[in-house]
Order: sequence, then structure tokens, then C-alpha cells
Amino acid sequence: MIASESQLQRRQWLSHAMTAGAFLCVLLALVPLVSVLVYIGGEGLRAINLDFFLHLPKPVGEVGGGMANAIVGSLELLALACLFGLPVGILGGVYLSEFGSSKFATAVRFTADVLSGVPSIVVGVFVFTLMVRPMHSFSALAGGVALGILMIPVVMRTTEELMRLVPGSLREAALALGVPRWRTILLVVLANARGGILTGVMLAIARVAGETAPLLFTALGNRFWSFSLKEPISSLPVQIFTYSIAPYDDWHRQAWAGALVLILMVLSLNIAGRLALRRRMEKAR
Amino acid sequence: MIAVSDKPIRAGGRRSRIPPGAFSGPPPPGPSQGKEPAAGGRSRFNADAIFRGITGSFAGFVLLLVAGMATVMTIASMPAIRKFGWHFLVSSTWDPVQDQYGALPFLFGTLLSSFLALLIAVPLSLGIATFLSELAPERPARILGFLVELLAAIPSVIYGLWGIFVMVPMLRNGPQAWLSAHLGFLPIFAGPAYGVGMMAAGLILAIMILPTISAISLEVFRAVPRAQREAALALGATRWETTRMAVLSYARPGILGAVILGLGRALGETMAVTMLIGNRPAISASLLAPGYTMASVIANEFSEATGDLYLSALIEVALVLFGLTVLLNVGARYLVWSTVKRGENRA
Repeated sequence: MIASESQLQRRQWLSHAMTAGAFLCVLLALVPLVSVLVYIGGEGLRAINLDFFLHLPKPVGEVGGGMANAIVGSLELLALACLFGLPVGILGGVYLSEFGSSKFATAVRFTADVLSGVPSIVVGVFVFTLMVRPMHSFSALAGGVALGILMIPVVMRTTEELMRLVPGSLREAALALGVPRWRTILLVVLANARGGILTGVMLAIARVAGETAPLLFTALGNRFWSFSLKEPISSLPVQIFTYSIAPYDDWHRQAWAGALVLILMVLSLNIAGRLALRRRMEKAR
Repeated sequence: MIAVSDKPIRAGGRRSRIPPGAFSGPPPPGPSQGKEPAAGGRSRFNADAIFRGITGSFAGFVLLLVAGMATVMTIASMPAIRKFGWHFLVSSTWDPVQDQYGALPFLFGTLLSSFLALLIAVPLSLGIATFLSELAPERPARILGFLVELLAAIPSVIYGLWGIFVMVPMLRNGPQAWLSAHLGFLPIFAGPAYGVGMMAAGLILAIMILPTISAISLEVFRAVPRAQREAALALGATRWETTRMAVLSYARPGILGAVILGLGRALGETMAVTMLIGNRPAISASLLAPGYTMASVIANEFSEATGDLYLSALIEVALVLFGLTVLLNVGARYLVWSTVKRGENRA
């Protein structure tokens, strides 16, 4: 085929145009990212003050107060979620990595992927019917379980991935010395993957820390301090939601402040986790 | 998001620590080990089996969870299923006062808002994935990819807050006012510009699923064998022609999978949509009109639902949503897995 000069030029031009178009797509995607960060940063910094971290919400109509109970409540819920989600996620991941060639393991892997696609609000409904309804009370415990369920697939797949990065020669060395398999896995493989699994856990926490939907009718919310597992508890995301759809300016101000705190928490965990994970993957390759 | 692959991992190349305690357990086989060789051997075998059993049961917990969700929610929605049957999905009356429940407006709202989101997000995501995997130099591609994935890390409720106070006023005074004034005769742009409504919901969903679709497409593109591209380049194809013929067409099933996964995300997305869609259970052709989605009705009414039938109807909405997303996920994962696997086998 003999391509004429002009035809070749046209094809080159199209190629450049498509490249520019694809680059434009990337830029367009970054517009909302920048806008969200700028607004949360700007409005949040203007709204935030010491009261926000130290005080309870004021009664409706009064100006001032803070979200101290929501911040502590969020941390408590996350701790509960870890207590429930991490053992299942990590041990399940150990199984997938070390004994993962069976049909059963393939089914687990597939189901974990499917579970990570189940909407978080559905998980909330599930926990409600399973725990809140029989116990006749919204509770911190139910909220923690809902968040824990959301963590499981993330932690499981990351743990599996990271344990597979541990060189096979290490396992073989331990086994050759007569160490039983379970001790090899726990003390050699798991110990070597420990740092990576920790970053996976950070990512999972970042993923559920901002979850609001599953808490709406499990942990519910609370305008006061609560430390009992059986009582409703306040959380930062739910508080932001309640305040931002309310008709009071002062509540909007506090919603921005809450959003700033939440986004700093989530993004720092997420960015640190992803950077550490990437470094680890590259080193292993 | 972590790319999941089943690639065999090459051993070595990395410093590793073996903790000193690791070998302190059982005595090494040798002359010193003479007391109970048979019993020792058996107990070791048992310990391994027990360990495998324990970790396996934690892994199996995932199966139990998904099966449990289906069962528990089906049982809890039985009163509504028995009362309304299939009518539940095609009736548009949602009236807690009369205890009449039909989920059609929510189904409609969910599907329409998600469809709008796909309409915007799919071309953008494919552009992004193409640029990052085929066209951009490696370093900038990595940084830009990192930033795009950051979009997925922002919590839904924060998108909602931003949407209420930044996006909605902008939509109302800008494009929506213009559309309403000049194209208002078209049914899809009829009615006043509220700001909140189907268009706002579709837009926020597009932003939220964009990182999902582009990350998975990127993974799929990267699994396309190198030889595929080299063949096209050797025939004199330009950069774009190579991408189109060798990469995009090869990755088509995987792209479809990515799109379906994005759709699954959009269907279940709750907070941002609840804050922006206007929450009116009506079916309207206009994109400017408020709507309602399945996820939002659960979010808004669940904790205040009095009456068993009301609650049961809401749980049935959740069950429908669950069924839809599980179906989509199963299909999509299959498509993505098969494309990535095929690439690996040939590479």
C-alpha cells in the first residue's frame, strides 16, 4: 500500500488530536477533585475552631458548640470495626494466599469481590435486621459490625496479595529446617508481610471512615456523649450529613469544619497507605 | 484500589527478616529427637490441619455473609412480598399513610441517574485510561493516575456537601437556567431549574464512578500483550491507530466489565445522591426535575419507618438493590477476570 503524503499527515494529525483529547479527559476529571479540596479547605478552615473539637453540639437554634462526641464516636466505631473485620480479613487472606488453589478458595475470592460491590446501605439494612431489630435498639455495636463487614473484602484481598509477595524461598527455607507449616506461615510469611498488611489495614480504615449510609440506622447518631456499646453513638460522617441538610447557617459552618477533619483523616490514611503499598509492590517485583 | 492479579511472584530480590523465634518451636529431626517420633509427627500434621481449618473457616465467613444477607433480607421482606408480589416493582404509589408500597419511582430514579452517570463517566474514563496506559510518558502518567484515584477516596457525604453548596447553585444559575429557558420545550429539559434533581445526581455519580471505571480499564489495558501493540506499530500504524486496533478492541470485554462495575457503584451510591436528587417519588422525563432513588429512600425513611409493612417494604427495596448489584458484579468480575487472564496467558 502506498500512502500518499497528505493521507499520512491526516493520520498523524488524528493521532495527535486523540492524544490531546485523552489528556483533556484527565484534566476534566481533576476539576472536581481540585474544586472539592479547595472548598473543603477554604470553608473548613474558616469554620473550624477549638470549640469544634472540645464541645458537644448545642441545642437547635443556639449558635456554637462542636462535634467532640462525633469525633470520638467515629474513632470508637472504627475500633469496633477493626475488632470485627480485621481477624476475619487477615486470617481469611492468609488462607487464600497459603492454601488458595482449591475450588473453595476461588469461590471465596469471587464472593469477596462481589461483597466489595454490595452497596454500603444494603449492609446497613442487613445489620439492622440482624442486630438492631432483635435487640430493640440502635447501637454502637451494630454500627461497628456494619463497618467491619465493609472492611473484610478489602483486608482479605490485600493480605492475600501481600503474603504472595513474600518469596517462596523463605517458606522453603523454614520448611526445610523442619518448622511445621503453620508456624512457617505465622512466624515467617506473616511476619514478613506484616508491614504491607498494616498498610492494607490503613487503606481499609480510610475506606470505611467516611461511610455514612451504613451508620444511619445502626449507630444512628447521638447529640450527647455515649460510651455504651448498646446505645446509639454519634459519628462524624452522620453528623456532617445531618448538619448539611439542615436549614441553619451555623450548622452548615460546622458541616464544613467536620468535612475538613474527615477529609484530612481519610486522605492522609489513603495517600500514606497507597504510597507505602506501591513502594512495597515495586520492591518485590 | 489495589490491582488484583494472580501472577506468579518471582522469588528473591528482596531483603527479608526471619525472626529468631521462628525456628525455636519443634526440634529439628535428628538423633536428639527420639522420645515420641510417631506422636510428634501426628500432632504436627494435626496442627497444620487445624490451622488450615481455622483460616479456611474465616475465609468461608465471606460466603456465609453473602448468603446470610440474601436470606435475612428475604425473610424480613416476606410481609411486603406476600402482600404486593410483583406489583411492588411496577406500581408507583408509595404511600406510608395508606400502607401502599410500589417501588417503581425509586427503580426509575436509580436507573436513570446511573445511566446519566455512565453517559458522562464512560467516555471520560476511557480517555483517561487510554492516556495513562498508552499515550502518556510513564512518570506523569503515574502522578495523574494517583490523582484520579484520589477521587475515589473522598467520602460520599463530602461530595454531597460540596454538591449542595457548590455544584447545585452553579448548575441552577448556569446551564440549567439556560436549558430551561431555551430548550424547555423538550420534555427532558421541561420545568423550572431547581438545581437539585436528576441532573445533579447524575453529575455527582459520574464524578464518583469515574475513578472506578478508569482504574479497572487501566488494569485491563495493561494486560493487553505487548506483541499486540508491536505488531500494529510495525505495520506503520500511528499511536492512536495502535491504541484503537490493538488495545481497545482486544480489551473490549474487560472494558464492558469495568463499565458494569461502575454501574454497580452508581446504583448503590447513597449519600451524595440523597443530598442532591431532591427526594420526590415521581417519575418525570425532565432531567431538571427532582427524583428519588432506591438507596435514598432507604436512607431517608428507614430509621423512621413505623409499622411492620412499611419496614418490610423498605427492606424489600434493599433486597432488590442487593440482587441487582450482585448480578452486575458477578457478570462484570467474570468479564474482567477473563480478559486479564487471557492477556496473561498470551503474554
